[in-house]
Amino acid sequence: MTDMLKIADLHVEAGGREILKGVDLTVKEGENSVLFGPNGSGKSTLLASIMGYSTITVTQGRILFKGTDITELPVDERAKLGIGMMMQRPPNIFGVKLGELIKASSDDADAALSQADKFNMDRFLDREVNVGFSGGEIKRSELLQLTAQKPDLILLDEPESGVDLESIDLIGRKVRELLFNDDGTNKASSLVITHTGQIMDYINADHGYVMRNGVIEREGNPMDLLKEIREKGYGE
Amino acid sequence: MPNSETVKEALKKQAAYGQDIDLEHYEERADEQIKVDDLENSDYKRYMENVGIVADEMDRSGTLMFIDNKPSHCSPKVQEGLEMMSTAEAVKKYDGLTDYYWKAMDPTKDKYTAKTYLEDGDGYFIRVKSGYHIKYPVQTCMLLNKNKSIQNLHNIIIVEDNASLEMITGCSTAHHANDALHVGVSEIYIGDNSNLTFSMIHSWGKQTGVRPRTNCIVGKNSNYTNNYVILNPVGTLQSFPVATLGDNSSATYNTMCIAHESSDIDTGGMVNLNGRKSRAEIMSRSISMGGKMCARGRMVGNAPEAKGHLECRSIILKDGGTTLAIPELEAHIADVEMTHEAAVGKVARDQIEYIMSRGLSEDEAVSMIVKGFLSGGTINGLPPELKKELDEAIAAANVGD
Repeated sequence: MTDMLKIADLHVEAGGREILKGVDLTVKEGENSVLFGPNGSGKSTLLASIMGYSTITVTQGRILFKGTDITELPVDERAKLGIGMMMQRPPNIFGVKLGELIKASSDDADAALSQADKFNMDRFLDREVNVGFSGGEIKRSELLQLTAQKPDLILLDEPESGVDLESIDLIGRKVRELLFNDDGTNKASSLVITHTGQIMDYINADHGYVMRNGVIEREGNPMDLLKEIREKGYGE
Repeated sequence: MPNSETVKEALKKQAAYGQDIDLEHYEERADEQIKVDDLENSDYKRYMENVGIVADEMDRSGTLMFIDNKPSHCSPKVQEGLEMMSTAEAVKKYDGLTDYYWKAMDPTKDKYTAKTYLEDGDGYFIRVKSGYHIKYPVQTCMLLNKNKSIQNLHNIIIVEDNASLEMITGCSTAHHANDALHVGVSEIYIGDNSNLTFSMIHSWGKQTGVRPRTNCIVGKNSNYTNNYVILNPVGTLQSFPVATLGDNSSATYNTMCIAHESSDIDTGGMVNLNGRKSRAEIMSRSISMGGKMCARGRMVGNAPEAKGHLECRSIILKDGGTTLAIPELEAHIADVEMTHEAAVGKVARDQIEYIMSRGLSEDEAVSMIVKGFLSGGTINGLPPELKKELDEAIAAANVGD
């Protein structure tokens, strides 16, 4: 399997502080990886670095996507190459309607919009993006947008946080549809941040990473890592 | 009414806001009457359509048009309960129209009102009689057609008790009359239990001077909505409509402006909350593309349980201009609740990048946000027919892409 995403010795600053201190991580084509780690360990910063948000500054190291060095590319070019992201707390976009954004970001707008009801989001297409959305509505909106965008690598920042149990099942199934074809073959790769591991019931995670203090501390079988964290915590 | 000597003195009086305009600069008379019987086949159609005026009058209750200082078109037959004619005709027909003629507006307010008064400016007279609800919007169009001239019109709108009206008024200039001055004095009277939505769309030339003067007196339990839109370049524009509210009445102002390079725009409005439980909302959304943009809002709380909110939001897309937001709240008693918020600056980076993460370029993202910001500002109270046209105009406006 070729590398979908390869991160080498990545150092990143945010808000004047070094947050990532030499991260090495690889997501192979068709592989789903999960990222564990205590709050403040740098997980969201890593995802923001892959997407290219200007809140962070790369000071050292490289990010390769499908073999192309994207370290210096703007956000939209990364998206066009096939990276899509679900943010944990996306900003309110006043004045821009969800349906309008989906239309503008999809090659097949009608097909994308016609799926809105399957995400329980059909009533939200005329609403301003994220404005007044509940936790679950934000997640479903993000997933609908990703479904329209059809990325090859999907970055999910805590897809199950702030969501009731019933919604978790819908969200989990929709994440699954993004990653797998009906026959179970892989459609896209993913890197998923999770605290509870609930999303792992849906994504057949292949590989797990544990991040602490801005570096990858351990990696291995994701179920084993989750079990260990549940039993012993992240440890000192 | 003040004697004419006092008003003559006022010809020297600069307006409270906006740059002063030398009236002597405009030496041409503009008193020729140009009749337009067939709007659809008129040379002026394209100017009308730029400012929301529909030439085929589909879904409109009637049309009144002025070219320079003379009436050009008035729908011959309108719905029962609606009266449309020129102000001059109304003054003649109703013995001087003494209850309304220069009653809401003081002619000595400034040089522009004084000139309109002294020259006996004509304009449109629209009245909805008590108990009537006018089905479709009435449209009025005021067109500048002569360069170096002044159009000074005096309009009177009356919505009597238990009545309602929507008005769309479009003002524009023919391309050859770029360096002209538009003065439109509008006196608006709304009775008890009535509604008026007054939407004004402007499209001028790069040198045009514009000085609308609008005062509105609102009775009890009534609603007044004033929408103002200018998306194209203008020379200098200053407008500050004033509404005075009776018990349990409300006023809503929505202003949407783009200040292009070399445009000087000073807009906003004032509401006197004089009635118990009166309410006001003043919303202004503007974009500076390198021009001067001043957004004002003023509320005065004079009665118990009065409430108001004022919002001035401005996005600056290009350096080189000035953006000024001036929200003012004034209260004379304790039992009022008035708030304001103002925000001036660039489009938030996290919003741009969020949209970029869906594959849109930075310019596309900014344009989408800016257009949404503008159209979001007039969602409430705008006639649906106009909303569609405005969305198209916003989509065509050259902002960010």
